[in-house]
Amino acid sequence: MTNRILFVLMLVAGLTAPLFAYPVFVMDLLCFALFACAFNLLLGYAGLLSFGHAAFFGGAAYITGYVTKEWGFTPLLGILAGAGFAMVLGAAFGFLAIRRQGIYFAMVTLALAQIIYFLALQMPFTGGENGLQGIPRGHLFGLIDLNNSLTMYYFVFAIFVIGFGIIYRTINSPFGEVLQAIRENESRALSLGYDVDHFKLLAFVISATLAGLAGATKAIIFQFAALTSAHWQTSGEVILMTLVGGLGTVFGPVVGAILVGALSHELSAFGSWVQVILGTIFVVCVMVFRRGIIGELQRLVSRKQG
Amino acid sequence: MSMQVILAQALLGLNVGVFYAMLSLGLAVIFGLLNIINFAHGAMYMLGAFIALIGYSLLEQWFGISLQIGFWASLLVAPVIVGILGVLIERLMLKRLYELDHIYGLLLTFGITLILQGLFANYFNVSGTPYPGQPEALSGVVNLGFMYFPTYRLFAIVFSLVVCFATWWVIEHTKLGSRLRAGVENPDLTQAFGLNVPLMVTLTFAFGAGLAGLAGVLAAPIYSVSPLMGADLIIVVFAVVVIGGMGSIMGAILSGLALGLVEGLTKVFYPPAASTVIFFLMVLVLLFRPAGLFGKEK
Amino acid sequence: MFKHWKQGLASTVVIATLVMPLTATAELTDGKLKIGVLSDMSGVYKALEGPGAVVAAKMAIEDFGGSVLDQPVEVISADHQNKPDIGASTAREWIDAEEVDMITALDNSSVALSVQGLANDKKIITMNTGAGTTALTEDQCTPYGIHYVYDTHALPVGTATAMVKNGGESWFFITADYAFGHSLRDNTGAVVESLGGEVVGNVNAPLSTNDFSSYLLQAQSSGADVICLANAGQDTVNAIKQANQFQIVQSGQKLAGMLVFITDVHSMGLDIAQGLQFTTAFVWNQNDEARAWSERFFERHGAMPTMVHAGVYSAVTNYLKAVEETGTDDSDTVRAKLGEMTLNDMFVKNGSILPNGTMLHDMYLVEVKKPSESESEWDLLRVVSKIPAEQAFIPLSESKCPLVN
Repeated sequence: MTNRILFVLMLVAGLTAPLFAYPVFVMDLLCFALFACAFNLLLGYAGLLSFGHAAFFGGAAYITGYVTKEWGFTPLLGILAGAGFAMVLGAAFGFLAIRRQGIYFAMVTLALAQIIYFLALQMPFTGGENGLQGIPRGHLFGLIDLNNSLTMYYFVFAIFVIGFGIIYRTINSPFGEVLQAIRENESRALSLGYDVDHFKLLAFVISATLAGLAGATKAIIFQFAALTSAHWQTSGEVILMTLVGGLGTVFGPVVGAILVGALSHELSAFGSWVQVILGTIFVVCVMVFRRGIIGELQRLVSRKQG
Repeated sequence: MSMQVILAQALLGLNVGVFYAMLSLGLAVIFGLLNIINFAHGAMYMLGAFIALIGYSLLEQWFGISLQIGFWASLLVAPVIVGILGVLIERLMLKRLYELDHIYGLLLTFGITLILQGLFANYFNVSGTPYPGQPEALSGVVNLGFMYFPTYRLFAIVFSLVVCFATWWVIEHTKLGSRLRAGVENPDLTQAFGLNVPLMVTLTFAFGAGLAGLAGVLAAPIYSVSPLMGADLIIVVFAVVVIGGMGSIMGAILSGLALGLVEGLTKVFYPPAASTVIFFLMVLVLLFRPAGLFGKEK
Repeated sequence: MFKHWKQGLASTVVIATLVMPLTATAELTDGKLKIGVLSDMSGVYKALEGPGAVVAAKMAIEDFGGSVLDQPVEVISADHQNKPDIGASTAREWIDAEEVDMITALDNSSVALSVQGLANDKKIITMNTGAGTTALTEDQCTPYGIHYVYDTHALPVGTATAMVKNGGESWFFITADYAFGHSLRDNTGAVVESLGGEVVGNVNAPLSTNDFSSYLLQAQSSGADVICLANAGQDTVNAIKQANQFQIVQSGQKLAGMLVFITDVHSMGLDIAQGLQFTTAFVWNQNDEARAWSERFFERHGAMPTMVHAGVYSAVTNYLKAVEETGTDDSDTVRAKLGEMTLNDMFVKNGSILPNGTMLHDMYLVEVKKPSESESEWDLLRVVSKIPAEQAFIPLSESKCPLVN
């Protein structure tokens, strides 16, 4: 029930946001929110900490940029191509990583992501340090001009809602239940006859695909694919957002992404103090509010009701 | 490619390798005992370098203390300060997380890294400030036959090697070390034998942090001192530890040195891959020998 | 997010009050003129442009009287962190939400290209003072992009020619691995080869490298006469210092810094830098006018101006002049006016802006003084020769800019 109310609230906020905020900035937040939601699916529901999710986010951005710029794909097709690439990459990463547990899992994903970063830096089509510049926004379905920032905004918002919907459905499906069972107690899930590896791999692929969807969309918004998106610090940032908002909650990553994004944007005049503030928030979350903002709120609500 | 070039680049690689070894050594000790990946290890390395820099040239300007801490004194002072910070972090924060998933330790130290980096980035240029305090005795070059090598770099290599192998010796061949190893292998049992494991844990963390600080001081005259000097390094050092085998002391030292060499030689044959070759190796090791080259399968 | 909302409110109020007395000059589209200084405020190029560029822009506005066409002139600044995506998204926000009218500084060629491309889409003038790549005025030229201080064609003309003529025939490059470095390497290589020299090798080093030793040893073992540093700022400083540590110069090879700033020389010290020759657009004590301005700049910034700082002052001043003379901030009109003006101030003599955006002006080949020749902390450079504008920059007839040919 609360989820339904929150969802309506989110829709209303999303639909009206361009009226009172700079649309491009909100689009950026939406991309990160989707990215964080995708990440949360993996860490929050399957208990797998990937330290290499930037590879999907950034990798998809490059592919989308390339196919729209060089092959003339329409924006939607370009974004799908990017997400598709992330899916394939996710399957490969997942296949290699799920055999390891905990810290080792994190390390494998980190190492693989570093290799993707290397490719992004060295392959001829990515433009190296210059990045892939001048990606056209183009026309949606060949008709609607996305150079207008309002149409672009609603296009991005639609993508966000679809991505969010997929994650929501996944979490609340029998598949999602099994994932949570694996997170709680892997050996019990195994003894109940579930093919644990299979479930983990599928969760990894879905998460990677949606992270790719977010990165691909970002490339179209900013008409740019750059190394920043594929850098390991982006992998760190998405962990930060998810944890601050609330690990394993449906809306937590969205709140976390908006909070972290808005803080870094609004405080950018204070230079590196932003990092200090974010780091402090992060430490406080790990120490005291491990449930994150939404998680703590939910606990308060349920305590009142109980 | 002449032998001379390869020798020269190998020596430079070793120069990088000793820093990898010292950092991964500290990381491995901490991981071995606490099962925590200390993400802040790179930040502690940076902190060590900054303590040396501030101690040498900014004490008067910033704090009004007319005192100059020279390079030699910094080799002692910086690790102690960083070690104390380590004690605080362990006692006040990490300690409360031991019951939870190890991932929280990683996340906490990631947050601490952001704070430390951000703090220094406010006052110092991210591209680095030169450390002016390199001792006169170590300036100049040594003619090695195949190349001129700066004396200071040679000193850094020898000094780090001594520290690394001394640490290994203490852990492997002294009573203190055997207790430590017992604590690593079976903390509950060790506690039952009446050893103060929590104290040992704290001191180990402080020691690991101190090693990082020491590496920072050693690095200061070679690389400029920068708020981000530890940021990319820590990722590489993770890889070194994983390749060596988490928790393996000798593994950390040897793989640190070896990977420095590999990186140095990659710079000769295919420079763009120099920063990535270690991660290729890491993936391979994790796939085929998950416990690392020197680690024991648990 | 919240900030914009508040600003939106505030500007509505301002518009309401402005509309009431209908006498206000209506030439400026949004009632004010805003200049954006987008620079590296924290990294390798901080000293050569960075906060000093903001100081220079503010000085230009103050000297102009603080307003143009009776409207206030404002400066806004940000750090692009040498990342082209951050530069572009900041510029986008400035143009969309802050109504910035002109963007200047833009050191770092990758950032410069991305911002110039974006500004072109939005019809905003960019007056680039910091980046080097000739692509800005060649194949990626735009009707609104002006390249004001130097480019990678002008830099080697003086320096490389002088070095080849002094016997430096074989060259090895250490190149900053992005747009600027590549462009500088290619243009320098062309100059060297046109004079009968030879390029024997190249190695790319990432931007912001703190240890050049491996690259330097490769350069050393190539046996080249000249080791050419196709990089800038802190990277050049580190490379030269480390070359000194490894006794590379002492063993007989020459170092060529293709882009060196007075701040780099100051941070290296004359002991290390003496004798180094390079090309620059401005020397602070080259004449009384420059000296007087530079000393004012020094009082506010604590360091003498680089050619880029002086360029920002000159660019902003001339932009304001063009706005005042045409009575509008419309980019097309102002850009056309800038193209007609002959620029004369403490930075430039008889300069002109070509249709491809190149600001045509003389450059200088300078040499770093010996410690014994230097009379004060910042008395570091001696002008060797003047490089006439026509030689320094690519002639229009050879330009690859689609706007021209």
